[in-house]
Amino acid sequence: MSQKKAPYELPIGPIHPALKEPINFTFQMNGEVVEKVNFSPGRAHRGIEWMGMRRNPVQILHLCDRICGICGVAHALVFAQAVEQIADIEVPDRAYYVRTIIAEFERIQSHILWAGVAAHELGFDTLFYLAWQIREESVDVIEYITGNRVNYGIMMLGGTRRDITVDMFPRLEQALQYYEGLLEKMVNLFLNDKTIAMRCKNTGILTKRRALELATVGPTSRASGLAMDVRIDSPYAAYGDLDFDIVLPDVYGSDGTGDVYDRIIVRIFEVKQSIDIIRQCMKQMPEGPVLAEEKYAKLLMNLKKASGEAFARVEAPRGEDMHYVRMNGKQEAPEMWKVKASTYSNQMAWVEILQGEQIADIPIIVASIDPCMSCTDRVAVVSTDGDAGIMTKEHLHRLSVEKTRRLQA
Amino acid sequence: MRATMTPQELADRFVQKFGTRVSNVQVKERCEGVKKLPQKTVWMTVSREDINDAVAELISIDYPHLGVIAASDNGDMIDLLYHLQVFFGGKHEEICVVFTIQVPKSDPHVPTISGLIPGAVYSEREKQDMIGVTVDGIPDSRRIFLPDDFPENVYPWRKDEKGIPPSMVRELWKVDRPTDRAVPTVAEPEPVEKKEPEPAKEAPSGGAAE
Repeated sequence: MSQKKAPYELPIGPIHPALKEPINFTFQMNGEVVEKVNFSPGRAHRGIEWMGMRRNPVQILHLCDRICGICGVAHALVFAQAVEQIADIEVPDRAYYVRTIIAEFERIQSHILWAGVAAHELGFDTLFYLAWQIREESVDVIEYITGNRVNYGIMMLGGTRRDITVDMFPRLEQALQYYEGLLEKMVNLFLNDKTIAMRCKNTGILTKRRALELATVGPTSRASGLAMDVRIDSPYAAYGDLDFDIVLPDVYGSDGTGDVYDRIIVRIFEVKQSIDIIRQCMKQMPEGPVLAEEKYAKLLMNLKKASGEAFARVEAPRGEDMHYVRMNGKQEAPEMWKVKASTYSNQMAWVEILQGEQIADIPIIVASIDPCMSCTDRVAVVSTDGDAGIMTKEHLHRLSVEKTRRLQA
Repeated sequence: MRATMTPQELADRFVQKFGTRVSNVQVKERCEGVKKLPQKTVWMTVSREDINDAVAELISIDYPHLGVIAASDNGDMIDLLYHLQVFFGGKHEEICVVFTIQVPKSDPHVPTISGLIPGAVYSEREKQDMIGVTVDGIPDSRRIFLPDDFPENVYPWRKDEKGIPPSMVRELWKVDRPTDRAVPTVAEPEPVEKKEPEPAKEAPSGGAAE
């Protein structure tokens, strides 16, 4: 960092073992201000699609659980939907509700996890601990339903592998009441805090027009005022039976500038929405089996004969998740399997929202689209004469914390 | 509220406008849940020269959201499937439109659609990496998911001789524990002095510990 001549390059990334999507950023800096952003993903491309094209659909389903540690149910659900379309599998009605309930608990845990990360990036570690502490409840419920905290393994082609029975409802209701009681506190802590507002309002702005053009999805696009939610647009599972609306930042009186603050609003109020959706599901749940075909051998036989192509989409916590599957009826493995995760769509927005912002704002803006955050683990500042200084994640984080303290002073 | 149309109307509009340049037009529905509300999709095949016109026509109806461009090796041809959605935001009104274009492997070129939908660059770069289709006019043609030292002319999604050769695949199940390593020296554990157990100051007050 000996050279001070602008613009200099600031590479961030690319790798950290805890990441599912390590990413390499290169920022062109002019003083404190980001002039140009570049990123290259794919640092841990595991070739999951390639692996899938050599496995049978039931095996792929369990591979789907492992695409992402947080959206474990979203990928398995969307893959199951695509294959069910090709093989004409009639899913029992009750299974749609089980799928919906587990997907919404996943949304709660994902959004609260994100809220904690956001608080940490801003330097509010007390809030970070609080958020992750209350997240435990949803993970406990997921474990109660599926047996696992992550990699749930509950989806099956043609339904789910486990039922949610009436005697389990009190435990689910207990969790919902727990979150209901905390919601007001969370709104107060995140949205009424003067410093969070100062750090997040008018930071990392993505306009509605650009959100549309860059094909962003999920809370990122909704925060920009773009009404888009697969659960409502193309209802899948039980969502068509339920009564709820798209959450836009105007629920908390924001005009939807598309800044980081709006992204916090959308996620926190989506937790509230999920509570409501789960309650509706428990009330309306039809009786019956949860799996179309109990015998795996028979299921696999039918899948082997199935041919055709289909795509399915679900609203994962981070946004639209889409799988395209093509099967030819000659082999067990699908001919083609394409996975499009939510962050895939949202990454293009980074280039837009980071431009003109300060170094200290990079952590929170990068985090605001809810990617995997540990990308910023190792930052090397390379000046043009090749004199490299290493900037650790801690340093970058400290810059962010210092900015918060400055604003508080 | 934006004006919407039914999937059939949308399909008819394309047939009317493009005539024989669109083929294999299919309107599909998938219904889930107890109420069986439909997810509406329109599939059609267009020639690669027309892909920009087709997307422009869709934009004139409603600015679409580009889900992804999927690709599949189909023997002599590569199928590219453009998944687009229109009319989102209204309740249950969205229509998914899939444009399929077939690109011969002997001439794997497609025009970019990033002039119309800037966000498409990401997916187009991926197609260049993974299936070896050159996107003409792409504003950013660097590799995206594959590492820089990945061999040229190898494309993971291809099913022909340009696909991943077996030599690039490590059969992890064949990998055994290494036998040529030196045995690590194990330090003798230091003898632990035994302490006299301190007398408990207070008897534990019952419960779980017992």
